[in-house]
Amino acid sequence: MQYDEKRLTRIVATDCGSTTTKAILIEWIDGEFRQTIRGEAPTTVEAPLNDVTKGVINATQELEELARLKYNNPNIKFMENGEFVIPRKGDIGVDAYVSTSSAGGGLQMMVTGVVASMTGESAERAALGAGAIVMDLISSNDKRMNHEKIERIRQLRPDMILMAGGEDGGTIKHVVEMAELVAGADPKPRLGSAYKLPVIFAGNTDAQNDIRNTLGDKVDLIITENLRPKLESENLGPARDKIHDIFMEHVMQQAPGYNKLMSWTLGPDREQVPIMPTPAAVGNIIQAIAKDENIEVVGVDIGGATTDVFSVFTEEFVFNRTVSANLGMSYSISNVLASAKLENILRWVPFDIDESELRNMIKNKMIRPTTIPALLEELVLEQAIAKEALRLAFLQHREFAVTLKGTQRQRDISEAFSQSTSGNSIVNMMTLSLLVGSGGVLSHAPRRHQTVMMLIDAFLPEGITRLAVDSIFMMPHLGVLSEISVKAATEVFKKDCLIYMGTCVAPVGKGKEGKLALSAEIKLPDGSVFKEDIPYGEIRLIPCEVGKTAKASLKAHGGLILDKEKNRELEVELHGGLVGIVLDTRGRQPFVLPVEASQRVPLLKKWMRELKAYPESILV
Amino acid sequence: MGQAYSAGLTVTDSIILRKERILPLKGSVLVKKGDKVKAEDVVAETLLPGKVVPFNLANKLGVTPAQLVNFIQIKPGDKITKDTILAQTKGLFGLGFLKNEVRSPIEGEVESISSITGQVLLREPRIPVQVKAFIDGVVDEVVPAEGVIIQNKSAYIQGIFGIGDETTGILKILVSNPEEELDAGKIDESCRDKIIIAGSMVRYHVIDLARKHGVKAIITGGIDDQDIKKLLGYDIGVAITGHEKVGLTIVCTEGFGKINMAHKTFDLLKSFDGAKASIHGRTQIRAGVIRPEIIIPLPFEESELKAPEVSVPYLEPGALIRIIRQPNFGRIAKVTGLPEKLTKVESETLVRILEAEFEDGTRFSIPRANVEVIES
Repeated sequence: MQYDEKRLTRIVATDCGSTTTKAILIEWIDGEFRQTIRGEAPTTVEAPLNDVTKGVINATQELEELARLKYNNPNIKFMENGEFVIPRKGDIGVDAYVSTSSAGGGLQMMVTGVVASMTGESAERAALGAGAIVMDLISSNDKRMNHEKIERIRQLRPDMILMAGGEDGGTIKHVVEMAELVAGADPKPRLGSAYKLPVIFAGNTDAQNDIRNTLGDKVDLIITENLRPKLESENLGPARDKIHDIFMEHVMQQAPGYNKLMSWTLGPDREQVPIMPTPAAVGNIIQAIAKDENIEVVGVDIGGATTDVFSVFTEEFVFNRTVSANLGMSYSISNVLASAKLENILRWVPFDIDESELRNMIKNKMIRPTTIPALLEELVLEQAIAKEALRLAFLQHREFAVTLKGTQRQRDISEAFSQSTSGNSIVNMMTLSLLVGSGGVLSHAPRRHQTVMMLIDAFLPEGITRLAVDSIFMMPHLGVLSEISVKAATEVFKKDCLIYMGTCVAPVGKGKEGKLALSAEIKLPDGSVFKEDIPYGEIRLIPCEVGKTAKASLKAHGGLILDKEKNRELEVELHGGLVGIVLDTRGRQPFVLPVEASQRVPLLKKWMRELKAYPESILV
Repeated sequence: MGQAYSAGLTVTDSIILRKERILPLKGSVLVKKGDKVKAEDVVAETLLPGKVVPFNLANKLGVTPAQLVNFIQIKPGDKITKDTILAQTKGLFGLGFLKNEVRSPIEGEVESISSITGQVLLREPRIPVQVKAFIDGVVDEVVPAEGVIIQNKSAYIQGIFGIGDETTGILKILVSNPEEELDAGKIDESCRDKIIIAGSMVRYHVIDLARKHGVKAIITGGIDDQDIKKLLGYDIGVAITGHEKVGLTIVCTEGFGKINMAHKTFDLLKSFDGAKASIHGRTQIRAGVIRPEIIIPLPFEESELKAPEVSVPYLEPGALIRIIRQPNFGRIAKVTGLPEKLTKVESETLVRILEAEFEDGTRFSIPRANVEVIES
């Protein structure tokens, strides 16, 4: 059911993230829908509250207080007795309350196999490939007693279990034994909601019936293709995709108090508006942008526990979304360090820092996920970590977004232990038109210039790419709002949500520092002209307002190219934005940073200064 | 804004606790509702069948399987010890001369005897799987065949992070104040089986020494990330811990790095120096958070054991707060104001702040997200 302004004059929308619950107020004002006020509060998934609706109440209270201030009206209220008043009656209540959720956080799985080093490891690879954290691998030959394995399943409270084991036509007995263990543990969903724990069976196809008999009643059993049909062949795609879909659709939004929250989300006729998983809502928005503008788009939403990447590529608008449930800025921040390695984080830091201090800072953020960087130095460090989280999530996305999904791949024994890939990625940075960033670290960076820097450094856009950001993080809210009002969602999206930050021009290829890389002549809308022969290894920022375009004559030198046709010279219109036009001659494929800090740090400072990313005080 | 919710850890001198103690497999519950139990008491148990050891007795004895029946000394179900005679021949002329005998290689029981193959199946003793009470208290509820729920009154401290499983021991303070780093010189045999308390930091070589002296657990304000890595042999990716087998349990009350233990926590522990405590390092920081716990049982009347009311910590003027991020990590202050408008902090981030005052009267402001309320 869709509504317009006759029934919707005031809407509260929330996104319950793993760390923060963000509330926005959308109102019909002066003949249009606008986002007017924003509030937030820590997500409440820890005792003594342990109820996600408390965070919603706290964030809504902040909205109410700010609304009273804004309208100088002490009577404004959205909730009474701890619940939304729907529909609105004058100053009291709202016409609809909608929400998205990813409050459950990352995906922590257990995997089982018959032989730890064979099917067990394949299962582990499938789970890792789906962006999960593997808490433990249980196998028939891992030397633990059965009761110890059961105890372990109970203690770890996995979000999902992947069971592998047995070649097709091979052992059934051992596979069923593992299923009996899982049944014996009688695993319950960690958050005790009204759904059963998902268990994916991707083992010997001949054992499927026995597995159904053993586990069918106890868990939500999903059977998929054998991930190791033969010893020398691995077929991870189907299991990996199943893990990913089930997590995104059924697991990640779950949190203590979720059932109560479900009863709160109501439209103007007090009908239920289902809570949407955050990445589903953001995915809808990214697809809508691509279709509206007829362009290729990459979007990213970086949260506390997960980093979600969305892409629309090719003329058929092929949409892909991935949720890296092990990469994020709070709960998963330490895993970013473990996955990216310290040196990759430090390569983005323009000052000396004691390594152990940095490691301890990262761990402290992990154990106190709701804190925010108050010091400039800590902000720079968090943004360096964000670049690596984004880079790794995008790498994972590229592996998912392939031409042929789930194709079986032959592996020889020597290859059997390396990460598998299948098909060719359809992600092509040279044809990409728009890169959109969302999530706390990108949407709430104190300077938009920092957001531009993070997006460019992490995604390394090639050729000519526009950059945009979700202004205050509201894409999830609008994604779910469109379920009851496409009109309201679209209007707010265009006016208040998507902020164009500018355009990045990055010639592709290898060059030598100091040698000429790009000659640019850019006629700006105010009549001025930017003209420079820019050497390799530089960045230039040319201010150009939002909504304006500049005419550019570009010429790449020394083997560098500017577009998919490998042109070296281009006459193009470049879109302006809040930050402006960035000319980046640091090279692509490869993009290389000097290993030695003595060479790297001066370069970082130079680029950051040019991009106006940080105050001078930290760059001296 | 008059007040705001703030997350915080529980540190209290008295709380009513309920602990579920459940077997991994069904078995028998050894206590009944109302029983008083000690932490180390086994409250539920199940016996797993022992390993089966096949043993060709006829061969060993040098007779045919069919003849075995004439010489066998055991029957299925018999309990055996190592060296129990399983079978023996009568010797020449029945006089015991050149008598041959075969003794049991294991302790356990006889499972079966085959006169066709001459093989006996021996079974090693049953393996008990037990659940202990973990806390001194009273059995409040019995879950038939699975376990119990135990209740007690305790002084109670939630840690921020820990490693290692459940254990119990006597608390022993080894530092004079919460700012002091635990020195290796303080660790000796008097620490055996104790739960030792450090101040702001305990380093790897001290932990290692504590292990060698049989220390059960260490409670510390801070710990270095690299020392944890050295102890575990791997880097922690997400905070899901408690199963580590490093020889002792560690509970960190403040965080990573050298951080003074909160005075309230230190003073509480100090007041129970020499008391018995139950402790575990289990931590899961994700929705449905689990934190490490230090539980010091107190004497109680059963009438006191009423479910505690959930108290929610709120930020309001006058509330005591602890700073949980740089700068001034760990310092205590009193809230003086909660301005509603967003404020720009050093990092240029626009945030909701609070105004507060340190004990020495210095006034400052800080993002609300970077403090926790402590009960005064």
